[in-house]
Amino acid sequence: MGISTPASDTLVSFRGVQKSYDGESLIVKHLDLDIRRGEFLTMLGPSGSGKTTCLMMLAGFETPTHGEIRLDGQLLNNVPPHKRNIGMVFQNYALFPHMTVAENLAYPLTIRKMNKSEIAERVKKALGMVKLDALAHRYPGQMSGGQQQRVALARALVFEPQLVLMDEPLGALDKQLREHMQLEIKHIHENLGITVVYVTHDQGEALTMSDRVAVFKDGVIQQIDAANVLYEAPVNSFVANFIGENNTLHGEVVDVAGQHCAVRLASGEVVKASAICVGRNGEPTSMSIRPERVRLNQLAEACENRLKAKLAEFIYFGDHVRLRLDVAGQSGFMVKVPVGELDSSWKAGDMLDVGWMARDIRALDSAIVSH
Amino acid sequence: MSETMTMNAPLTAADGESLKVKLARERRNKQLKAIALVAPLALFLLLTFLVPIAMLLKRSVDNPEVITYLPQTSAEIAGWDRRGLPSEAVFAAMARDLTVAKEQKTVPEISKRLNMDISGFRSLIQRTARKMPLEVAAGESVRDQFIAMDERWGDPDHWHVIAKNAKSWTPYYLYSSLDLRETKAGMPELAPEEERAFLSIFGRTLWMSMWITLISVLLGYPIAYWLANLPARKSNLLMILVLLPFWTSVLVRVASWIVLLQQEGLINSALMGLGIIGEPLQLAFNRTGVYIAMVHILLPFVILPAYSVMKSIPPTYMRAAISLGDHPFAAFWKIYFPQTVAGVAAGALLVFIMCMGYYITPALLGGPQEQMVSYYVAFYTNVTINWGMAAALGSLLLVATMTLYAVYSKLVGANKLSLG
Repeated sequence: MGISTPASDTLVSFRGVQKSYDGESLIVKHLDLDIRRGEFLTMLGPSGSGKTTCLMMLAGFETPTHGEIRLDGQLLNNVPPHKRNIGMVFQNYALFPHMTVAENLAYPLTIRKMNKSEIAERVKKALGMVKLDALAHRYPGQMSGGQQQRVALARALVFEPQLVLMDEPLGALDKQLREHMQLEIKHIHENLGITVVYVTHDQGEALTMSDRVAVFKDGVIQQIDAANVLYEAPVNSFVANFIGENNTLHGEVVDVAGQHCAVRLASGEVVKASAICVGRNGEPTSMSIRPERVRLNQLAEACENRLKAKLAEFIYFGDHVRLRLDVAGQSGFMVKVPVGELDSSWKAGDMLDVGWMARDIRALDSAIVSH
Repeated sequence: MSETMTMNAPLTAADGESLKVKLARERRNKQLKAIALVAPLALFLLLTFLVPIAMLLKRSVDNPEVITYLPQTSAEIAGWDRRGLPSEAVFAAMARDLTVAKEQKTVPEISKRLNMDISGFRSLIQRTARKMPLEVAAGESVRDQFIAMDERWGDPDHWHVIAKNAKSWTPYYLYSSLDLRETKAGMPELAPEEERAFLSIFGRTLWMSMWITLISVLLGYPIAYWLANLPARKSNLLMILVLLPFWTSVLVRVASWIVLLQQEGLINSALMGLGIIGEPLQLAFNRTGVYIAMVHILLPFVILPAYSVMKSIPPTYMRAAISLGDHPFAAFWKIYFPQTVAGVAAGALLVFIMCMGYYITPALLGGPQEQMVSYYVAFYTNVTINWGMAAALGSLLLVATMTLYAVYSKLVGANKLSLG
C-alpha cells in the first residue's frame, strides 16, 4: 500500500523491508514506504504491530533481514547508527543524568567538533526554541517530565539533522501536558521544516499532529493517509475500529452495484452502504459508521437507511451526551447527541428511529476486531 | 459571624477533651511503638558492636598496671622534678608497694609492663620484690639500700619509665604500632631503623588491598556488564554461579586453592603435563597465591553492586548517545561508565575494607612477606597476650578504614554510593 511519489520529494524510502528476530515469525512482514521531505509522518498501531521495529531499523539499532532503506537516496543498510545523522527522541527522555541540560545539548555538537562559541550559541537557540532558557544549568533529575521531554526534543534538533525520529515521546506525560506538547512539537515541525517520523499507539495524538498516518497491524501497513481521510474513509475494519470511535453492524452482502451495496442484517433489515472492501453476494461483511453520523427521530426521516433502536443507556460527557442503543438486535451502538438537541422526554427503554446516509456507512471486511 | 466564632474556638474531641492534646498523645504512642520495635536490634548492636569497639579503642591507650599495682609510688613520683634521682619518699613508697605486690602476687604484671620500655626491667623488679619487705634501720636511706641491691635503681632512666607509666593512659601502644617511640620530653620520634616493623606492614596491607581491589574491579566490571545485558533468565542462572562461592566457607575455599596452586598441585601438574612449563610455578605460599584466592573470594562484592547499578541504566541512554553521533565506544565511556561509577565505587570500597582486615587467606596461602596487619593483631592476642598492642593495631586499622571512607565519599559523594 506504499504510495509512489516523485523521487526528489522523497527523503526516506523503505523497499521490501522485512524483519524477523527469531528466524521464524516476521515482526515486519513487508514494508514499502516513502516519507516525503518535510513531512510529519506517524506510525500508529497497537503494540507488537512492528511500528517501533521500523523506527529502530531507520535509526540503525535494528538491521532489516530483507529489503533496503534509503535516506536521501543513500543506502542505509550498512551505515552504522552513529553516522546516520538522524535525531531521536525516546519515550523515557534518555537525558544523560550526570550532565546538565546545557551539557546534554552540547553533546552532539562537541562530537561534531564545533568551536565553543558556536556550541554556546546553538545551545542557547535550541533552549529558546523549547522555552527553557532559564534551566540550562539544571540536571535532568531536577526537572519535571514535561521539561525533560522538551530538553530531549531540543537535543534531537540542536545538531540540525534532516530527519527526527520520535518513539512515543509523550507516553510518560499526563493527558493535559501531552496535549500541550503535541501542539508544541507540531509548531516546531512547522517552523523548522524538518522531517519527522513519529511512533505512537495513541490515535488522538496521531490525528492531531500528522501530515500522514501509517496504520500498522501485524507488521503490515493497513492504510497510509492524511488524518481526515483515515477517519472518514477507513479502508478496512481494523482501521475503522482503531481510529476514532466506530459503530459496527454485521451482515451479509446481498447485492453489489458499483460504489454501493446492499447488506442484510441478521434481523432481516437491508441496509444500503458504500462498498469499500466487500466480497461477492452472500459473504459476510461488517459495516462501519461514526457515532456523529447517526441521526435520530425527525432528523432521521430524510435518511436512506432507517431502523428502529432501543435506548439502553445515557452517558453524560458535559458538551454532549452519548446514547447507547440496541440496533437490529446488535447492542453497543453509540450515538453522539449535542446537549442542545437532547429530548428531555427520552428515557432508557424507549424506542427511537435511527437513520444515516448510505455514503456514511462503509461496508468493510468482516474481520472481527476486538478493540 | 457565628461560624467564625466556632472556627476560632479550640477543637474538642467527642468526649470533650482538647483535640490537640489527644492528637499529641496519639503521636507519642506511635513513636513509642516504633522505638519498641527498633529497641531489640539497637540493644544488640550496642552490646555486640559499639561497646566492643569502644573497649578496643580504650584498650589501645589503657595503662593500668603501674598506677594500680604501684599506687603509692605513682602518687609520690608525680612530684618529682625529673632531674637526678627521685626523692627518698618515692623509694620508700616503692618499697611499700612492692611488699604489697609480693603478697598479692602482682609482681609479674608490673614487671611485664615495665619491661616493654626497658628490657631487663623485669628481672630488676622481680629481684627487688623478692627482697621485700625491706628492713630499714633508723637514719638509713631506702634509696641507698635500693642502689646497693641493684645499681640500676641509681639510673634515672628507670625512674623515668616508672614516672611515665604512672598515668592511667599511654600512647605507647599506638606509637609502637607506628614505629614511633616517646622521647624523654614526651614527643614521638621514629624508632631506629632496625626496630621498625609496623609501618612496612601497614604499607604492605594497603598495597596488597589496593591491588586486590583493582584486579577485582577489572575482572568484575565486564562480568557485571554482561550479566546486566543478558535476558533475565540467563542472567539469573549465571548470577547463581557468581553467588555459588558464598555457599562454601572461606576456609574450605582457601584449602582448595592450596590444593590447586601448590608445587605438585593440579595447575602445575596440568601445565607440566601439557609441556607448557618445564618446572613448577611458585603459585602458593607467596603473593601470587594470596592475590588469586582473595580476588576469587571478594569478586562477588564488586559484581553485585555494579550489576544492580548497571541493571538500572536503561539501554536508551547508549542509543541516545549513538543517535547523537557518538561512536559506541566513546558513548560507553562518556555516558554509560560515569553512571556506573557509584556502584563500582561502592563495590571497590567494600572489597578494600574487607581486604584491610583479611586474616585467614594470607595466613594460610601467604609466606611471611604476605602477612597483613590482622595477622599481627592475632599474634598479639593469641601468642604474646599483649592486648594493648592488639588493640592499638586494630584501632589504627579502624582509623585507616574510616579515613579512606571519608576520602572516598568526598570524591564520589557518600549519598551516591550505591549498594543496589
